[in-house]
Amino acid sequence: MYQYSEQDHQLLLERVEQFRGQVQRRISGQLSEEEFKHQRLRNGLYLQLHAYMLRVAIPYGLLSSEQMRTLAHIARKYDKGYGHISTRQNIQYNWPKLEDVPDILDDLASVEMHAIQTSGNCIRNTTSDPLAGVARDELEDPRPYCELIRQWSTFHPEFNFLPRKFKIAVSGATHDRAAVAVHDIGLRLVKGPDEETGFEVYVGGGLGRTPMIGKVIRPFLPKQDMLTYLEAILRVYNTLGRRDNIYKARIKILVHETGEEKFRELVEAEWEKIKESGLFLREQDISRIKEFFKDPDYEVLPDTDLQFENILLSNAEFARWADKNIELHKQPGYRIVYLSLKTAHQPPGDVTSDQMDAIADLADKYSLGQIRTTHRQNLVLSDVKLRDLPTLWEELKTLELATPNYNHVTDIISCPGLDYCALATARSIPISQAITKRFDDYDFVNDLGDVSINISGCINACGHHHVANIGILGVNKKGTEVYQLTLGGSAREDASIGKIIGPAFEAEQIVDAVSDVLAVYLENREEQEESFLMTYRRLGDAPFKEKLYG
Amino acid sequence: MVKYIKDRKPDIDDWMPFTGLEDGGSLPSGNIYVPLEEWLAARDTLLTRNGGLGVRISNTDNLEVLKEDINRFDLIVLEFPKMADGRAFTQARLLREQYGFEGEIRATGDVLRDQLFYMQRCGINAFEIRDDQDLSASLKAFDEMTVTYQPASDEEFPIWRRES
Repeated sequence: MYQYSEQDHQLLLERVEQFRGQVQRRISGQLSEEEFKHQRLRNGLYLQLHAYMLRVAIPYGLLSSEQMRTLAHIARKYDKGYGHISTRQNIQYNWPKLEDVPDILDDLASVEMHAIQTSGNCIRNTTSDPLAGVARDELEDPRPYCELIRQWSTFHPEFNFLPRKFKIAVSGATHDRAAVAVHDIGLRLVKGPDEETGFEVYVGGGLGRTPMIGKVIRPFLPKQDMLTYLEAILRVYNTLGRRDNIYKARIKILVHETGEEKFRELVEAEWEKIKESGLFLREQDISRIKEFFKDPDYEVLPDTDLQFENILLSNAEFARWADKNIELHKQPGYRIVYLSLKTAHQPPGDVTSDQMDAIADLADKYSLGQIRTTHRQNLVLSDVKLRDLPTLWEELKTLELATPNYNHVTDIISCPGLDYCALATARSIPISQAITKRFDDYDFVNDLGDVSINISGCINACGHHHVANIGILGVNKKGTEVYQLTLGGSAREDASIGKIIGPAFEAEQIVDAVSDVLAVYLENREEQEESFLMTYRRLGDAPFKEKLYG
Repeated sequence: MVKYIKDRKPDIDDWMPFTGLEDGGSLPSGNIYVPLEEWLAARDTLLTRNGGLGVRISNTDNLEVLKEDINRFDLIVLEFPKMADGRAFTQARLLREQYGFEGEIRATGDVLRDQLFYMQRCGINAFEIRDDQDLSASLKAFDEMTVTYQPASDEEFPIWRRES
């Protein structure tokens, strides 16, 4: 992974000192809450319903075991013993005290971590494919480009006061595990005319009140031009993005109102002026960063293991887990392992200090000392030898991290909702837990196959309900929390926005409604292989409406 | 009195805002700056003067209208109506990097200590600090951060292309 230079360290130390000063000025009253807000938000510190919330950046979702231990330590010392993995691969702490935050940042800086630009109207942490570098369907590792974007965007002097927040995701594989189409900018590595890799550039995707799928404004951008092109897009946005209405301020609205063609012209015209500038990436600039992400020295191993095969046959519980939570690795004899943070006992994405410490140990023992966070709020050990899987599973089971549900019905994305969030209008965690409890039968979950449920506790859509196969949106209607169902969304390479199926359900009815939707699917699918989404797309709303409201 | 910083030092502001030529006002001597509309309406008259000439533009103005005359100005004033409104950061960079403007670029409006570092990197070299800001504390803000990653008006190359 990327190793900090002396200057990277220096920057973090200076930033911590600067923020310490800002906190002192706030506590002493020199800074008003309104002005401090701009400063703290650029450092990931929100004021929530009950307390401050600190969001710590995990650049493109990659952590060392040492960093994971520090995250555990912070949760234990300054918080209530747990952290929360967000849909943008970051970690959030729900209960830090304002006066402790500079010390937390010091601890983070000691392991090359920070909270820079994890909130505020600036360029946020760049996210990526949690399987980057190990996936079988990968064209090229996106992480070196993410790291270049991290450096370019960190304290960018021109783009630190944008009309609204700005999120970039990069994917390098055939399957999109980074939701590039619902980001302000999505970059997909693709092959160009002469077999060189470059980027397909999506702009103007996003969720929130006005969900939109990003538009491809450039089918192929040579990778040397990545940063100059990003700079051109951001410059057009900073100049023309709306600032009169916070709900119209994202770049998706600018692209929509300007028109895709005109927007492209504006970007290309600006790009012409700066494409030869110092931001042009020379071959050596790219290859220098790529050095940090070189393949480790994998052992040469057969892609089978007798002991593994035997346990697969003799232990049904292991076999279930292996079937659901293990993915093929590009290197024979290795596997990618999903650690599920989705049980009925904890909010989706929550991980305790003890779990974090244990995961760090497991990463050291079995997976080259690295852990990844995923967009769907789980964790990944990316380089586990096939022969180590049975022992790893035993340990994960003890830690309650072995629920066999990856990409299945109980692998729910949920925002914190009214239990924590100052913006929420309804609870979302209890709904996700109720669904998880209802569908706790493995055979049923298995039979349903690949299906996603996402829950948001308000219209801002942090739970990404628009892009779930089954989306749930909590709203407050005359003092009662009610839940709208949307069907047919996807955040993958076939991205689509779900459609509201009909009138909302009360909290007591929503789990039954989900159950009904799943029943319609099971009754109507043409074969086991036809997923929920395929069936919905084939049939449309009608049979679902009939069952729910008929 | 306005707290004024130029080239990282407290300074005396010897520029005067001027408007009203249309209404028959006479042109003062010394250094004056006019709103963009005034410049567009009375360009030739304004050019007959000997003193320094500046223009104040709003953060929604398109800089193209200044392109032909950019070197006639000694000062361009950029507006930051609210701290959160960062449009003038782009205007400053364009003036320095694409229009080749070498005179004074001044920030006015909600100009606060914690933005000075970014403004300076975008090529703004003079600041009308908001009244309630501590001048000596503000002067320190320029050096709070010493590491910069990306090119801007102060650096041609990103950190990975600079000689260390």
